[in-house]
Amino acid sequence: MDYTFKSSTKRLTLGLVGLGVLALVYSVLTHVPGQRIWANMLVNSYFFVGIGLMGTLWMAIQYVSEAGWSSGFKRVPEAVSQFLLVGGPILLITLIGGSHSLGWHHIYHWMDPEIMNPESAHYDSIIAGKAAYLNEPFFFLRAVLYLAVWIFFTLFFRKQSLREDLEGGVAIHKRNYGWAAAFLVFYGVTSSTASWDWMMSIDTHWFSTLFGWYNFSTMFVTGITMFALIVISLKRNGYLPDINEEHLQDLGKFMFGASVFWGYLWFSQFMLIWYANIPEEVTYFQDRWKNYQFVWGALPVLNLALPMLLLMDKAAKRNMNMMTITGVIIVVGHWLDVFQMVMPGAVKADWGIGILEVGLFLGFLGLFLFVVHSALAKAPLVAKNHPYLDEAKHHHV
Amino acid sequence: MSTTKEIHGLFSDEEVLKASAKALVAKGVHIKDVFSPFPIHGIDPIIGVPPTRLHIAGFIYGLCGMGLALFMFWFTLIMDWPMNIGGKPNFSLLVNLPAFVPVTFEMTVFCAAHGMSVTYFIRNTIYPGKKNWNPDLRTTDDKFLIQIDLDENTVSSADIEAILKETGAEEITQK
Repeated sequence: MDYTFKSSTKRLTLGLVGLGVLALVYSVLTHVPGQRIWANMLVNSYFFVGIGLMGTLWMAIQYVSEAGWSSGFKRVPEAVSQFLLVGGPILLITLIGGSHSLGWHHIYHWMDPEIMNPESAHYDSIIAGKAAYLNEPFFFLRAVLYLAVWIFFTLFFRKQSLREDLEGGVAIHKRNYGWAAAFLVFYGVTSSTASWDWMMSIDTHWFSTLFGWYNFSTMFVTGITMFALIVISLKRNGYLPDINEEHLQDLGKFMFGASVFWGYLWFSQFMLIWYANIPEEVTYFQDRWKNYQFVWGALPVLNLALPMLLLMDKAAKRNMNMMTITGVIIVVGHWLDVFQMVMPGAVKADWGIGILEVGLFLGFLGLFLFVVHSALAKAPLVAKNHPYLDEAKHHHV
Repeated sequence: MSTTKEIHGLFSDEEVLKASAKALVAKGVHIKDVFSPFPIHGIDPIIGVPPTRLHIAGFIYGLCGMGLALFMFWFTLIMDWPMNIGGKPNFSLLVNLPAFVPVTFEMTVFCAAHGMSVTYFIRNTIYPGKKNWNPDLRTTDDKFLIQIDLDENTVSSADIEAILKETGAEEITQK
């Protein structure tokens, strides 16, 4: 059965985009500081690009591990990955806006050449010591490289998948294995470096060797939660008859496991820094404790304790309502996680969760859902000739 | 025939056994137990074994472990002999909690794992020197067996044997 992108869904998603644009215009007109607006653009574009990227990563992992159970809803992560094509450029524009010559915002304050100049009053020897890595040309080259290669693989996997629908056989599936392995190697390095570039360099003095993995776990759990939520909404609308509670339980296990994984990394990063109590490290958490206490304190509750307790039972993972509630908690919780990665370095105490924050999040969500739904409508909802389709139909946990 | 207490149906394939068990249950036969060299996926609901509650016990053991560890920290490092932890002499369990989390986690896992193992042994009455109660030792090698207790059944033994034979039992023994 093919998916039809109903006009009511279209109106809803585009309405959300309109809401986001409205919130943006309202914020500009009411003189919300540009720094805060751009910081919100960065939060949302990074968050949703991360989710889109998980679509590609998921496909690659399934190909490399020869996974069968997930082939029944393969088109969902595929559709999610298509958001990279829209979100990637938005993220890139947001990053470019920080360059010193444009100066739309200064979230990345190391881009100010005065900081690197020993003659200047603003000279910062610690930041200047990082100039070999943190300089504008290399930074933008890296950003373009990450996004270009990610998008290349996204388009490639999508094309192969659509070709498989027409041609059948196992030749395409076998070829995907090598390409997926290549993507995983590239992703393994760039997932860390991208989060250093785009998130960690906001607090330029501070660094954490765990940061890349911590960001990866945030993206991973949000991405899988998004797949689960989309699969559930499709099922509620009568699509995907071959996806049953067995598949749902496995998605739930991923959400549960990845949430605990996130908790482990988040806590490890915090605990070591808290314990060692070295001034150059603790400043990061002091900023968050001082000005973002509520958001920061909510993270372990929303992203670790609640998913763990709500999804612990087998029956909960097989229950669409429970999965939806937990899924929404996880998405909101990890959006707040990205929010508190960006905001303290970008706007210090001058933050809030108001019309701009909520509106822009809903706008990006609408754009994301619009792209996902149009991608779902463009191809048969179940990949026809996937060699493991039969295995997925008889999946039993 | 009146001395017959049990009927054993022996199979060499677990899928055949599953089909046979389904047929027996459909005719109202109560199956006492199934013996197999390995766990048969999906046999539990067929023969009416209730879902295990071991995980609930595990959760409770985990909570006990967590409580035990936190009590230990509170008593040894806060109450009985207050310790200066990492330059943070605040003498409060809550404020020093991050330092205690790793060991509390270990204790939670330790108690959950050992508690579940011990519960499993007690529940299945497994102890050193235990005599096995397999009706047929070949079920520890490559055979599968359905055990039916006639005292628990109203269906006649002849009918049960007929169903077993029909659904592919290789050997039918009476005991």
